Amino acid sequence: MSPRGAVSRVPAALWVLLAAAASAAALWLLRGVPGLEAPRDWLQAHFGFLEQPAGFGISEGWLDFDSGHSYARAFATGVTNTLRAAVPAALLAVALGTMLGIGRLAPHLLVRAVCTAYVETLRNVPLLVQLLMLYFALTHLLPDADAPLRIGPDVWLDKGGLAMPWPVWDGGWWPTGLDRPERTAFGVAGGAALSPEYLAITLGLGLYSAAFVAEIVRAGIQSVSAGQKLAAQALGMRGGQQLRLVVLPQALRLIVPALTNQLLSLTKNSSLAVAVGYPEVVSVANTSLNATGRAFECLAIVMAVYLLLSLLTSAAMGIYNARVALRGWQ
Amino acid sequence: MQKSKPLALAAAAFALAGLLAPAGAHAGKTLDAVKQRGSVKCGVTNGVAGFSAPDTQGRWSGLDVDSCRAIAAAVLGDPQKVEFVPLNAQQRFAALQAGEIDILARNTTWNLTRDASLGVSFTTINYYDGQGFLVPKKLKISSAKQLKGATICTQSGTTNEKNVAEWSRAQGLPVKTVVFESFEASFKAFFSGRCQAFTTDTSALAGLRNKEAPNPDDYVILPELISKEPLAPAVKRGDDEWFAIAKWVPNALIEAEELDITQANVDQLRADSKDPAQQRLLGTGDDLGKLLGLDKDWSFRAIKAVGNYGEMFERNVGAKSALKLPRGANNLWNKGGLLYALPVK
Repeated sequence: MSPRGAVSRVPAALWVLLAAAASAAALWLLRGVPGLEAPRDWLQAHFGFLEQPAGFGISEGWLDFDSGHSYARAFATGVTNTLRAAVPAALLAVALGTMLGIGRLAPHLLVRAVCTAYVETLRNVPLLVQLLMLYFALTHLLPDADAPLRIGPDVWLDKGGLAMPWPVWDGGWWPTGLDRPERTAFGVAGGAALSPEYLAITLGLGLYSAAFVAEIVRAGIQSVSAGQKLAAQALGMRGGQQLRLVVLPQALRLIVPALTNQLLSLTKNSSLAVAVGYPEVVSVANTSLNATGRAFECLAIVMAVYLLLSLLTSAAMGIYNARVALRGWQ
Repeated sequence: MQKSKPLALAAAAFALAGLLAPAGAHAGKTLDAVKQRGSVKCGVTNGVAGFSAPDTQGRWSGLDVDSCRAIAAAVLGDPQKVEFVPLNAQQRFAALQAGEIDILARNTTWNLTRDASLGVSFTTINYYDGQGFLVPKKLKISSAKQLKGATICTQSGTTNEKNVAEWSRAQGLPVKTVVFESFEASFKAFFSGRCQAFTTDTSALAGLRNKEAPNPDDYVILPELISKEPLAPAVKRGDDEWFAIAKWVPNALIEAEELDITQANVDQLRADSKDPAQQRLLGTGDDLGKLLGLDKDWSFRAIKAVGNYGEMFERNVGAKSALKLPRGANNLWNKGGLLYALPVK
């Protein structure tokens, strides 16, 4: 047997392609059935509208976008916005979740209690509710746009979010200058800004997923037999060393596959960002399908995007899993 | 303002595909059905102040509600003989198509796509609406042209979202729009101070300011309108007799205002008016009701029930209501507005 992840990811993509082909064939067979209008419409799906100007704005993102740009670029902006929220949220979830998971097994009662309270609170309240609470807490508590809070040189915090200086490139390798945020009539403008919508979805998603990661990490650690820890102690290792050199490497074999699932659902949960006004791919699709009437095409794009992101996540985690898997079992 | 979710849209598409086929098969039957049932079934909103909203006793009022009451008065002789059916935005056209309601009066924008593809016929515009902006007074803005660089909150998937981008481009005023899936989240974000302006149809802005703002006096609606949203009741296509009634009753109410007939003077004018135009509306001149399949007093009863259009407006959305919307485009053509009654003769 070759390392598990390396082979299993090829069939995953293959199965998806097969399922897509089977669905298309079923639609084609159903095209003549009277009363079934939809399949015929779906077969006539065409994506020509993607080249037309979108006609709506997108408030933030890595890509420059204005209403004169095409629907294709709007979707590209939406996808990058999904990544812009999901990737930092995943890093936060894994880092915080690992600490919480270890903390739930800590010898100190207070540490255990705090970690348990965190996990049980956050994983038992629906994510949508948490996002809305976080978002409205942010917009209520942040200072008004006409009285921003200065937290450092050129760093401002107000209801528009966190604004900070950002380097400007003029095509070369090195930044040619700094774009500094400035106060205007409607608050702070310029530089790089993290909007309350972005902060709400990234923090909300990261904090929520961390609770699940904590449980995965705890289960992984508890699966390592107590004798391993005792053996490490007998060799004279300190607590941190026992964990880092003996327990975690073995626990990772259980943690990584379960963590993959968690990261997949984190990416898909990022679609809840539409509720707090963050313009990710579902928000863009929602607007596009109302403007063009091309519901099938827009939903197909959303499905394809999430499928692709999920397969990429699985593939990357598969490679990592192969590295931490038990060796010598060929 | 129109809004739909992807799945709801897909479901509606399925439903419509099935429903469109039998349309037009039962022409001329609605009036008979209404008379036999003894009530007009009127599709309304779940509650939009000034247009159709129930009070604490469950009594409906509003401009759209009065449009239905006028038809009930004309057809059945009693403005109370209306059965109100609350519908959401996605249900409304399907309900009309399926014959669950006789008339849809649910602040619905009349545009080509709906007129040509939904199997419904719009009757007469009862409110000329347009998209506008609500801003906090403390920003000291008096015109939408001063919104350059502002952040604007609105609901996603609506015509409003696209209208504001089109307007920003045409005016060369860059703005940032923050869009939310639900209407409630979008105005809550605005009232929390996240955005410098909120945009939707002006009539809804007025209701929002009165009902949802922490202090209504802290907010002001800017004078500019950036889109056209003509709101009109609609009937199912294929019943020309019913369509004519639904078209001419509101028309008679506008003509009543042109001719200075009011709820207060309608009885007295009926007794002693010598003006043939007034007489036709008051049932003492030529019998026009017969041509609609009604009796001679159809328009007299409608005016007596709800007043002329101007009175309907003032009572529900104008100076005598909580919304206090100006007449503006909804004034008569000879007073600077757009309302022009087709001649009732």
